[in-house]
Amino acid sequence: MKTLSRAFMILVFGILYIPMMVLVLFSFNSSKSTGNFTGFSFKWYAELFRDSATFIALRNTLILAACSAILATIIGTLAAVGIYKMKNKYLKASINTVTNIPMMNPDIVTGISMMLLFVFVGGMLGLEDKLSFWTMLIAHTTFNLPYVILSVMPKLRQMDVHLPEAAMDLGCTPLQAFFKVELHTILPGIITGMMMAFTLSLDDFVISFFTSGSDFQTLPLLIYSMTKKEVTPDMYALSTIMMTAILILMLLTNIRSDKKKQVK
Amino acid sequence: MALRKKLLGLCLIAVMLLAAMFSVSCSEGAGDAVVLNVYNWGEYISDGSEGSLDVNAEFEEYCKSKGLNVKVNYTTFDSNESMYNKLKSGAVSYDVIFPSDYMIARMVKEDMLLPLNFDNIPNIVNVEESFKNLYYDPDQTYSVPYFVGYVGIIYNTQYVDEEDAKGWDLLWNEKYKGKILQFNNSRDAFGTALFKEGNSVNNTDETKWRSALELLKTQKKLVQGYVMDEIFNKMKNESAYIAAYYAGDFLAMYEENDNLAFYYPEEGTNVFGDAMCIPTCCKNKELAEMYINFMLEEEIGAANSEMTYYATPNKLVNQNAEYIEYMSSIHEDAMYILSPEFDEGYVTEYYHNFDEDMLKLINDLWEELKIESTSDVPVYITCVVIAAAIAVFFTVRAITQYKRRKYY
Repeated sequence: MKTLSRAFMILVFGILYIPMMVLVLFSFNSSKSTGNFTGFSFKWYAELFRDSATFIALRNTLILAACSAILATIIGTLAAVGIYKMKNKYLKASINTVTNIPMMNPDIVTGISMMLLFVFVGGMLGLEDKLSFWTMLIAHTTFNLPYVILSVMPKLRQMDVHLPEAAMDLGCTPLQAFFKVELHTILPGIITGMMMAFTLSLDDFVISFFTSGSDFQTLPLLIYSMTKKEVTPDMYALSTIMMTAILILMLLTNIRSDKKKQVK
Repeated sequence: MALRKKLLGLCLIAVMLLAAMFSVSCSEGAGDAVVLNVYNWGEYISDGSEGSLDVNAEFEEYCKSKGLNVKVNYTTFDSNESMYNKLKSGAVSYDVIFPSDYMIARMVKEDMLLPLNFDNIPNIVNVEESFKNLYYDPDQTYSVPYFVGYVGIIYNTQYVDEEDAKGWDLLWNEKYKGKILQFNNSRDAFGTALFKEGNSVNNTDETKWRSALELLKTQKKLVQGYVMDEIFNKMKNESAYIAAYYAGDFLAMYEENDNLAFYYPEEGTNVFGDAMCIPTCCKNKELAEMYINFMLEEEIGAANSEMTYYATPNKLVNQNAEYIEYMSSIHEDAMYILSPEFDEGYVTEYYHNFDEDMLKLINDLWEELKIESTSDVPVYITCVVIAAAIAVFFTVRAITQYKRRKYY
C-alpha cells in the first residue's frame, strides 16, 4: 500500500512538473528544435533581451497585473469589510452572491459583455479609441475583485469581534480601530488576495483579447498571435525566468512564515 | 510599527506603479511623438531578433532624420477574422493593417479601407507587375502587396516514396496512416479536398463542398491531427511525415531537418497575398503611407523576407544578390520554391470572399467534420464510467443516511 501511494504521488508530481522541466530544458537548447537537444546555450536568453516586442509586452503585462491587483485589493478589502458589517442577513447574502458572479461567469461571457459595454459607453462619450489600456484595467480589476473578497472574508470572520470594540474602548476612533487593529488581523488575507489577483491578471487571455485596444498588447496576446507560425524559443526562456521568479517568491514567503512560527 | 512600515511600503509600490502607468500612457500618446499604430500578423516582420534589422526602430530613425518624432506602436493578430472583428467593433484605431487577399475584398466591400494616395508611396514601382491589380483590388487603390506565397506539400524523404509525391492524394495515402497532418482551418482544409477533386476553391456549388466533406471524412481516419503551428515541430522531429503548408514555412522547417522536401501538387494550388492597407479608423494617413512606402525599400524588404522566409513581391529584393545568397544558403532551390514559374495551364487560385450563406455553409460543414469523432468509443466509455461512479456514490450515501435516520 505504501509503495502504491508513493507511486501515485510520484505520478501526480510528474504530471505536474515534467512539462515545466521540459520547457526549462529546451530554453537552453542551442537550436530552435523541440525534438532533440542539440547543445547547451544561453542563446535564447540573449535573444529575449534583444527582442523589443516581447519586452514591451512583458512590461505591459506586469504593469497591468500590478495595477489591477492593487486596485482590486483596495476595492475588494473595502467591500469585504462592508459586507461583513452588514446587519441585514438577506441583503448580505445577496450582495455576496452578486460579487461572486464575475468569478463563476465564463471568461468569454465576461469578455464579450465588457467589450460591448465599453464600446457602448465610449460611443456615448464620443471617444475615438473606445478600447485602451484603461478598459483593460477596468476589466481586469472586475474579474480580480471576487478573489480578493473571498480571501479577505474568512479572515474577517476569524477575527475576534471584540478586538475593534476593545480598541475603541481604549480611545480609538472607529477609523483608527480599523487601521490599527482590524487591518492588522486581516492583512494575511489581503496579501493572499492580492497575489492571487496578480497571477490571475498575469495569465488572463480571453478577457484581454476582447477588451484590448490598439495601444496595449499583453504577453498572452502576443504569444497567441504567433500561433500561425512557430512560437520562438525565447518564449521558453521568458517562461523559465518567470517560473524561477515565482519559485523564489514562494520560497521566501515560506521561509519567512517558518521563522515567524519559530519565534512564536 | 511593523504594520505601518509594511503599509507604507505597499503604498510606495502602488504610487510607483501608478507613476509608471501614467508614464506609459503618456509616452505613447503625448510627449510630442506621433504614434503610429501598426497591426500585423505575429512574427511577420524583421524585429531585431537574431541580429536582424529592427524595422520599426529603423522607421522611427528615418522619421527623426526627416524632423518627425514618431513612435511605432506595433501589435499583432493571429488571424484575418480576429483582426476584422477588432476593427469592425469600431472601438479601436489602427493606422496600418496587413490583411490577406480575401479579407481585403471583404473590407473594401464594407467600406472599411481608405484609398491610398500613391504620391506618398512612390516605391510602388518596386512591386512586380504580376502582383499588382489582383482580383481583390483590381485598380490597386486600397492595398500594397507585402508578402505572397503558395501552399504546397511537405514530406519526409526518409519515409515517403518519391513516386507517391505527385498530387494532393498524398494526403489521402493509406500507406502513411497516422503520419499525415491537415490544416486546422476550414478554408485551407477544404481547399486541399477541392483541389484534389479538381474543383475550384471558390465555387459556390453545395454538392461540390459536400463531396469535399466526404473526402475529408475519409481522410480523418488517416490524419494524425488538425494543426497549425504544431506542424513545425511535428515535421521537424519526424513524428509526422506529410503535411500541406506554406512554402516559406517549409524553408524554416528544412533549415533544421534536411530530410524534408517540398512540391507543388499537380492539380493546382492556393496562392495568397498579404497586403498593407489603411483602415478608415486611421488617424494619421500621411504617416501611414510613409510607413507603407518605407516597407517597400529594398533594404527593409530584404530584412523582412530574410526573417519570415516568405516570398516578396518586391522586384528589387528579388534581384538583391545578398538576399538570394542568404536564401540559397538555406535551400539551394529556395528562390524557385518561393517564386515558382508554373507551366502554362497550371491552376493557382486565390481564395475569394464568400457571402454570409456560403461562409455559414462552410462553417457548418467544418463543424460536422470536426465533431464526427473517430475515437468516440473510449470517450463515451469514460463518460459512462464517470456517470456510473457518481450515481453509485450518491445512492450509497442516500442509503447510509436513510439507515442512520432510521436508527437515531
